[in-house]
Amino acid sequence: MRLMSVAFKNLKRKKIRSFLTIGGVAIAVAVLVSLIGFDTGYQRALAGDIDKMGYQVLVTAKGCPYEAATLMLKGGGGLRYMEQTIYDKIIKDGRIDKVTPQLIATEFDKDRQSGQGGIALYMGVDNSYLKLKPWVKFKVGNWFSNDDADEAIMGYEVAELEQRLPGDEIFVPNLNKVLKVIGIFERTGTQDDGVVFLPLKSAQRIFNLPDKLTGIGIKLKDIGELAAFEEALYNEPGIQVISMAEVKGTIFNLISSAKVMTNSVAVIAILIAVIGVINTILMSVFERTKEIGVMKAIGASRLDIFRIIWLETTFICVIGGIAGDIIAILGSSVVEYILRHILPYAPKGQLVLITPWLLGISFIGAVIMGLIAGIYPALRASSMRPVEAIRMGD
Amino acid sequence: MTDILIKAQKIIKTYKLLAEEINAVRDVDLEIRQGEFIAIMGPSGSGKTTLLDILGCLDKVSGGKLEVLGKDVSLLKESSLVNIRRRNMGFVFQDFLLIPTLTALENVKLPLLFAGLREESEKAIGLLQKVGLAHRINHLPKEMSGGEKQRVAIARALVASPKILFADEPTGNLDTKTGKEIFQILKELNQKDGLTVVLTTHNNELGSQASRIIYLRDGVIISREESGCHSRSV
Repeated sequence: MRLMSVAFKNLKRKKIRSFLTIGGVAIAVAVLVSLIGFDTGYQRALAGDIDKMGYQVLVTAKGCPYEAATLMLKGGGGLRYMEQTIYDKIIKDGRIDKVTPQLIATEFDKDRQSGQGGIALYMGVDNSYLKLKPWVKFKVGNWFSNDDADEAIMGYEVAELEQRLPGDEIFVPNLNKVLKVIGIFERTGTQDDGVVFLPLKSAQRIFNLPDKLTGIGIKLKDIGELAAFEEALYNEPGIQVISMAEVKGTIFNLISSAKVMTNSVAVIAILIAVIGVINTILMSVFERTKEIGVMKAIGASRLDIFRIIWLETTFICVIGGIAGDIIAILGSSVVEYILRHILPYAPKGQLVLITPWLLGISFIGAVIMGLIAGIYPALRASSMRPVEAIRMGD
Repeated sequence: MTDILIKAQKIIKTYKLLAEEINAVRDVDLEIRQGEFIAIMGPSGSGKTTLLDILGCLDKVSGGKLEVLGKDVSLLKESSLVNIRRRNMGFVFQDFLLIPTLTALENVKLPLLFAGLREESEKAIGLLQKVGLAHRINHLPKEMSGGEKQRVAIARALVASPKILFADEPTGNLDTKTGKEIFQILKELNQKDGLTVVLTTHNNELGSQASRIIYLRDGVIISREESGCHSRSV
């Protein structure tokens, strides 16, 4: 028999109370893991979304840059257009490694979402698109037969949704135009999965936007030249230059202020758990005053009593920490599901990223919390004088 | 080597109750020798338990001098007193005070754990057999009767091989028959094993079987009797 088993048996005495206290610690740990997991997961997924655009610079028609960035991410409507002559001018710049023009068009499709209607997203691109996004692969089929064909390549999700295969004909709503599907991309994990691609010239013709573009995606040979490149384009009328690094920075600034909030919630949860643990152990120390007295009478030193009470607190927090980690792992898909529905923009990829490191740190945090919470009750118990404790209530 | 285990000289114990000072024990002179069976008797509030606590180093004296095994313990701190208790003293209480979460055997072994001694299960089991509880070894206190609990408490008091056993009203919470059985166990420990026993009791019938009886009233020894021979001294 060891002090440890004496301490452990004490926890079994009031099972419901121990269970509730452990539950409090577990919830605090689970909240901590989920919130930190969300912070890292969300940031990483968002960064992934932005990086997978393939370009570092986006030239668009003038407007609010963040609005434009959101548009690019969400592929929404209300688009502004610029002349294709700007593209012809830009491509002569020697600092450019790769460049791709794009024309985004949207049509309301009343048959989408089981009759509720939804936005169908079209993007006119040319051969350079695949050069900027070398990770985009064909699941089936291949590239357009010519740059003015009435053909379409579908993103993975939109093809799944509409159950299309190469050879099928799709209908562009409101314009009475039929396109022949000749390819389907593999899943990229980006917004491109929901887009129907068509040749740039066909898009300009079908949507009646001759020589218009919505954006030009650019990758520079040397990212260090970004500032100078932006500066050069600054004087072009009617356009603006958005660097993805800037967009990322702005979004991450917003996230970091939200992080302060979420971290405060975690801190409060932990404080409540610590107070709960102290309260429980202190109550149990007072209830056991006579027992502690008799243990001292039969030879327990102050240190022995301190260790018994401290071990009890540590047990609660160790078990609570493990339970909290398990709850966080099991609950992450639920949290992910809820977040996807309440967040205005949820990037692709895992939103709640729970790593072994995070689980380990949270567990160690719970143990440290137990050690700290146990100090006061353990000191109270160990400083009881045997005769006073035994004779209490006599 | 002297056979005096404990020597009390003019010991005083004072409690402060609000502004009033209460003398629970006053000017007590007492010697406890190896192999004695001493009963401390007296009415409620006479200071029996306080005296027992002091002799057992559970409490500190307010004045006077207390020697245990030739060592002056009057000024020692609790951290030093615990070492004296561990090696020399066993305790039995009126309300048994077993640890409810531990089995009979675990309760008996507890002093060994605190004393850092090797846990001899055979010794603990042997003691439980000696007090007639071989069949209750793995039972929890709540599964035992009062008499059985007190037997466990006696086994627990003996496990670290003490020189003196202190028992505070050991039969106080038991019926007459069980009380006599418990008293008999203590008597046998004294007569057969030569263990020194100091107990407090209200029960004149049991108390009169002690080798020495000390009567207390208002914290003062009012008489001493030895082996039934009345040798009163105040």
